[in-house]
Amino acid sequence: MTTTVDEEVTPDTSGTAPKPTKRQRQAAGIADAASGGIMVLLVKLLALGIVDAIALFALFILVTADQWLIAAIVAVVAVAVNWIYFSRRKLPAKYLTPGIIFLVVFQVFTLVYTGYIAFTNYGTGHNGTKEQAVSSLMASSLQRVEDSPTYPVTVVDQFGTLGLLVTDPDGDALIGTNEQPLQQVDAEFDGGKAVAVDGWTTLQFGEVLARTDEITDLAVPVSDDPNEGALRTPDGSSAYQYTSTVEYDEAAGTMTDVTTGTVYTDIGTGAFTSADGEELLPGWQITVGFDNFVRAVTDARLLQPLVYVTLWTFAFALISVGSTFFLGLFLAIVFNDMRMRGRKYYRVAMILPYAIPSFLSALIWAGMMNESFGFINQVIFGGASIPWLTDPWMAKVSVLIVNLWLGFPYMFLVCMGALQSIPDDIQEAATVDGAKPWAIFRLIKLPLLLVTVAPLLIASFAFNFNNFNVIYMLTDGGPRDANAPIPVGFTDILITMVYKVAFTGQTRDYGLASAYSIIIFIVIAVISIIAFRRTKTLEELN
Amino acid sequence: MRVNKKSLLAVGAAAVVATLGLAGCSTGSGDNNQAEAAGGTLTVWVDAERVDALQAAADAYSEEKGVEVELVGKDNADIKDDFIQQVPTGKGPDITMGAHDWLGELSTNGVVAPIELGDSAADYLPVAIDASTYEGTTYMLPYAVENIAVLRNADLVPEAATSFDDMIAKGKAAGLDHPFVVEQGAEGNPYHLYPFQTAFGAPVFGTNDEGYDPTDLQLGNAGGEEFATWLGAQGKNGTGNFNTDIDGDIAKQAFLDGTAAFWLTGPWNVGAAIDGGVNVAIDTVPSPTGEAASPFAGVKGFFVSSESANKVAANDFLVNYIGTEDVQLELFEAGNILPALSAAAETASSDPIIEGFAAVGAEAVPMPAIPAMGSVWQYWGIAEAGVINGADPVATWQKLTSDVQAAISK
Repeated sequence: MTTTVDEEVTPDTSGTAPKPTKRQRQAAGIADAASGGIMVLLVKLLALGIVDAIALFALFILVTADQWLIAAIVAVVAVAVNWIYFSRRKLPAKYLTPGIIFLVVFQVFTLVYTGYIAFTNYGTGHNGTKEQAVSSLMASSLQRVEDSPTYPVTVVDQFGTLGLLVTDPDGDALIGTNEQPLQQVDAEFDGGKAVAVDGWTTLQFGEVLARTDEITDLAVPVSDDPNEGALRTPDGSSAYQYTSTVEYDEAAGTMTDVTTGTVYTDIGTGAFTSADGEELLPGWQITVGFDNFVRAVTDARLLQPLVYVTLWTFAFALISVGSTFFLGLFLAIVFNDMRMRGRKYYRVAMILPYAIPSFLSALIWAGMMNESFGFINQVIFGGASIPWLTDPWMAKVSVLIVNLWLGFPYMFLVCMGALQSIPDDIQEAATVDGAKPWAIFRLIKLPLLLVTVAPLLIASFAFNFNNFNVIYMLTDGGPRDANAPIPVGFTDILITMVYKVAFTGQTRDYGLASAYSIIIFIVIAVISIIAFRRTKTLEELN
Repeated sequence: MRVNKKSLLAVGAAAVVATLGLAGCSTGSGDNNQAEAAGGTLTVWVDAERVDALQAAADAYSEEKGVEVELVGKDNADIKDDFIQQVPTGKGPDITMGAHDWLGELSTNGVVAPIELGDSAADYLPVAIDASTYEGTTYMLPYAVENIAVLRNADLVPEAATSFDDMIAKGKAAGLDHPFVVEQGAEGNPYHLYPFQTAFGAPVFGTNDEGYDPTDLQLGNAGGEEFATWLGAQGKNGTGNFNTDIDGDIAKQAFLDGTAAFWLTGPWNVGAAIDGGVNVAIDTVPSPTGEAASPFAGVKGFFVSSESANKVAANDFLVNYIGTEDVQLELFEAGNILPALSAAAETASSDPIIEGFAAVGAEAVPMPAIPAMGSVWQYWGIAEAGVINGADPVATWQKLTSDVQAAISK
């Protein structure tokens, strides 16, 4: 907001003019709107009507899906929104409500959830609940009895109890249920397959599908001897004879491998673990307290790379902020000069790098910087082989160059705005006093500029500290440090190193990753707070 | 400060509408899936490029069995992680398309249900069944087998090469500086170099009766060191046949431009080569030794979610429907990859290109799906890239072996 707008709104208090001035009319309009014209009321009603309709629709769906907590939240928010906008008094709330809702949905929830995940073992092998893990372990432990035949089956029902009507390879019909082992029965046959039997209702395919859960659990013992296994049907038309290699004892919380006799116990680590420490995966998700944080700071593999990665992260963030700021400022001053023609077109060209998605730019730069085939070496340097991305030091330089290219337009825009808000009369006064241009810039303009821009520089530092995109897309942290025990490279910054540690190969360790991101957040928060304190001294200049 | 109250109110209201709308949508869509599923809908995640190929089969199945099959086209790169994250919440699909090397991860996360192929298992190519089996249990219905082979520009070099050196010699005779290209990169590309490694008798893992054995690391045996020495001799300081600056796009361009006559790549690039006007022939990978150069086979297939509420319909759809020759051929036409069903594979092999890949595939070995393979990938490529760029081959290879061993036993 510039000061000119402020002036315009200042009510004309003289009141002596016979005709209402433009400003008075505007003031009257504002007062009218505040008291609520009929159009405003209509728009308000319409908008709130839409909000309520959507809320009702969401409630309806949520309630039918038994999502009570979310339904309650939606209801409370909808009521609150109505109350705020129909109330005559809640003026500040009317302005703040939409922003707060967005803040909660897109920021607060994410932050709280990340915080929660940091205290769990969520990751590969600890992906769901204990029940899911148990059922998955049981399912994968089923082994088809070797050389057993495929049995054509018909699913039948008697007073709600499901049974399997089986045709054995000799062409005899057998029937059995979960409790009742297979026994011979007289049945109707259709093309060599038993399809119906007296006293039982044959299920059609649609009915079979509707009772999928029961059929998945249906295991008909082949005989009274449990070691012979049971018949199960995965598709409702064929059954196979399976034995299970593990037994689950829910009361004791143990899984027993019946082939080896090993007992796996739930010892509170989120997986069944044997006496000698072997884990049965999948496990399940549990809260682990500060384990992730302890692992994050005590990981021996990180010790050696952590030092140079941290140094490089700070260097990368500081140099990026500095280089983009000074280039942006320089260009802003140049293009702020009234004597230059066609400034508008240059300005648009300047902003272009900012308008292209950084993912894309980084990939294009990676192609251009290829040592043997890249545009830069082939065309600009006439076939030289400069190892832009493959030499540890050159790669760092390249990353900084690309980040400068990506980042200067932002600084250019910011500086241009800030420069234009510095009154010209200050410069004139200084010129009259005999100051040289450099002195004017250094002693007057730059301090005034920093008052506005310093908080943005801090924000830019925080952004570059976590500038995952550029590193990941341009070098992916490379060239790799072949001596490091983890796949870290010479241009990795903290956040990309964390990514590699938490998501190596097939392992996804979301708990550890969240813990790291909280640690990095604390580091950046501390730096930013200190920096903001320091900028207070700048503000006293004003 | 002047504030136009009307517009502000309007914007505020619009924002609230949008927010609630978003909330409504997100919960709404997930919920719809469940509600419909109870009435008999199979949700299938499909690689976006194959939705059309599967659509006819899905419609036919719906008509025949009365089960709605909803195909959701997804970006292939996102399917695995989304599946792992969404299955435990109960909002995932009933079936997803995938590749066999995901199996270790899916199984460790407990998101995939075993599938029983029954007697039809014998109807598939053996490599497809091997790849679909993890720790003795079958989890995947295979539909295609994919492996790399050498694409030859038959106009430049009319005859197939008999060995690696013969290939280079034939290319040079045709007047090319670097007749052979293969996709590498700053971090190497072990997948594309694996045929040469196996030719020296150095597979990654040994095998037992349940498949690959993670405790038997074969990577660093004597053959591995010989391979490293050979690779070094073909690298930057040697013949220069391998170059880590050549990535997939550069290799493709070289082959299309005719500056390379041999390109070691997969069936996914054949279309581009033929469209580029190259007279393509498919050869087996020329071996640098006398032994066969076996590439990795990647097997594509379908998985059933462990939390699916429609397991019966899902199994029926996969085993009794996707596993038929007609559907396998339709999927083949969409992707031009060899079908996993033997009968469909034979039909498809009437095409000389497919026949060429199938011949190489006969020598292929399934890419290990065991989680230990993740530890291999992260060190393997960088070591090979190092060797190509002039690092001491044997020392680098020994360090690779010890790094991998340490990562596996961690």
